[in-house]
Amino acid sequence: MGETIVRKEGAGGKAMRRLIESVFVEGLAKPVDGIGLAALDDGAALRVGDRHLVVTTDSHVVKPIFFAGGDIGRLSISGTVNDLAMMGCTEPLALTCAVILEEGFKRSDLERILRSMREAADEAGVTVVTGDTKVMGRGELDGIALNTTGVGFVQRPVPDNGLRPGDRIIITGTVGDHGFTILTARHGLALEGDLRSDVAPINGLVAAALAAGGEDVVAMKDPTRGGLSSALHEMGGKSRVGILLREPDLPVRAEVRAASELLGIDPLVAANEGKAVIGVRPQAADRVLAALRAHPLGREAAIVATCIEERPGNVILDTGFGKRLLAEIEGDPMPRIC
Amino acid sequence: MNDLQQLRFRDPARAEALGEAIHEVCSEIGRDPITLMHVCGSHEQAIARFGLRTGLPKNLDVIMGPGCPVCITDLPEVDEGVALALQGVKVCTYGDMLRVPGTSLSLNDAMARGGNVAVVYSPSQAIEIARKTEEQVVFFATGFETTAVTTAAALLAGDVPENFSILSAHKYIPPAMEIVATMPGSRIEGFLAAGHAAAITGSGLFEPLARKHRMPIVVAGFEPLDILAAVLELLVLVRDGRNEVANLYPRCVSAQGNLPAQKILWQVFELEQGWWRGIADIPDGNLRLRDTYAHLDARKRFDIDIKKLWSHAPHELAAQCVCGDIMAGKCQPTDCGLYGTKCTPDAPVGACMVSSEGACRIWQQYGGRPDLSEVG
Ligand code: SF4
Ligand code: SF4
Repeated sequence: MGETIVRKEGAGGKAMRRLIESVFVEGLAKPVDGIGLAALDDGAALRVGDRHLVVTTDSHVVKPIFFAGGDIGRLSISGTVNDLAMMGCTEPLALTCAVILEEGFKRSDLERILRSMREAADEAGVTVVTGDTKVMGRGELDGIALNTTGVGFVQRPVPDNGLRPGDRIIITGTVGDHGFTILTARHGLALEGDLRSDVAPINGLVAAALAAGGEDVVAMKDPTRGGLSSALHEMGGKSRVGILLREPDLPVRAEVRAASELLGIDPLVAANEGKAVIGVRPQAADRVLAALRAHPLGREAAIVATCIEERPGNVILDTGFGKRLLAEIEGDPMPRIC
Repeated sequence: MNDLQQLRFRDPARAEALGEAIHEVCSEIGRDPITLMHVCGSHEQAIARFGLRTGLPKNLDVIMGPGCPVCITDLPEVDEGVALALQGVKVCTYGDMLRVPGTSLSLNDAMARGGNVAVVYSPSQAIEIARKTEEQVVFFATGFETTAVTTAAALLAGDVPENFSILSAHKYIPPAMEIVATMPGSRIEGFLAAGHAAAITGSGLFEPLARKHRMPIVVAGFEPLDILAAVLELLVLVRDGRNEVANLYPRCVSAQGNLPAQKILWQVFELEQGWWRGIADIPDGNLRLRDTYAHLDARKRFDIDIKKLWSHAPHELAAQCVCGDIMAGKCQPTDCGLYGTKCTPDAPVGACMVSSEGACRIWQQYGGRPDLSEVG
């Protein structure tokens, strides 16, 4: 590892995991009753009586801060609400929000961002109860950074390592929408069609899946940085199963496919901000799928993978023509998009 | 109309049928291994990307040859570019070339030491740059006959500014195929030729090679079905002992090729002996500027002393790189002790890990070549 931190160590791939494991987990983690930092899950779940208190926190920096389908405000609420949901907590108690601004940031932009935070919070049915604001000098920060923290209670936390061979993996909708929206905006590419971010709070959608699947929902993760590929590598690695992913079954929007061919970046590694990867026992797969598809945010949900005994920790991609290993990315091909 | 022109190129059912036919012909041939070589980075990418190898019979080995122009650019050629850049000449080149290590420095390293380097997407862009400056501008021209045509066309378009010249590292594929096929210990029984390159030179160009070396050659496109169909055709030719050339990419390639493009190419370039990185000294392997264009030749204009450049020994890690053997079909990336550990796409040691068309980089990107035939 290098003397100084490099950008890819925050990008959601192998490099980031190495950083977190070597620096943060060693430095901060003590065993807790429940799911703590060492589990490197989407959040922590701490036993309180017969329930678990779920806590998660996330910082957001994105360029551009306004993009098709959303902005940094919507992103910051959705990100935290979704991380809670991935632990099984679909009715969050409250959020906090810290804002760090660069001197010179436009007041009207800030107001716009706060409005969209408010909207997203309403969609998720959650309130922001406390916050903090700091202003830094010009050049000390790139515009704005937001941090949100969320808390809530849950009866049964859903980990990301509960998979067994035979389990099915469901993705709740098309992959890569957010990543490619940001990327094309940054490259100044004007593409045909309606490429827009999927950023949204999906606690309602996840609640529908949990209601339909109950205890048969055994693992959840949101495929944000590093995309579906990273999420599957992590879930498969921690659960010690191989994952056989069928590419032809993967929902990908035509716009994303086009941008992907153009930029040479796989939709599988592009970030999503309104999707969940859900691992379920085989008998519940169709039930959960039907529940997801009945929800407006899950209409394109699909069963895309099966857990297998062979090659634990690896993701095997069946392309329809043959199979290959899906290589886990080192850093993000699209640095700093969320 | 040819059957191939009608089919959808990404139809798994067709792929399966082709796969079955491939299995059949392979068992008829019965040898183990049957080795076919393709000579194009884009072929390797498609094969790896679509996981085509898992469907191929165990006794069939489809290997990658010297198929990437970045990978076969020789160390001293990079050194020449580096030397010019450090001398203050503005060296313009394609992006992939920046990280390719020379004997001791890459163009990137040169830039870090204050060298003058710019990335361009075409030779005409380099000419544009020259027009707007007083500096000497050199286009470091790499690539096979396909890209050499672009370079030639840019020069022939006329009105080339006086401060512009070319450092040609262009290479010509057919002689390299011949060398690789006749290397001692070579197991190659047939070639898949690259559709793009053949679109220029025509499939007929391969006839003498096929006859002389008893080596069937099939021109192949880049979609999964193109490749599988070409592999099948090549196997049939091998089985029947027919040393012929077949064109399975008729939607882009003709027998005589693109005649106007050839005219432009040979008007500006001629063949000369030259090194292909790590592989061999190849007679007629390089494309050099004809004497008529000597005034545009950076080597003549700047009098680069290659001998002096060669005095550096390659650094310790680079000495362990086996790119040359990989491209000659003698071994594969995982045979290299540095693969995936000391040599990664982030910190490449050899050219094959730099270029997006390089074997090592492709293996890293698509998860190598594990045996997945039994999985799922
Ligand atoms: S230049 Fe074209 S034909 Fe040649 S190796 Fe590259 S992709 Fe293949
Ligand atoms: S892994 Fe790196 S060092 Fe080894 S052959 Fe490939 S490019 Fe060369």
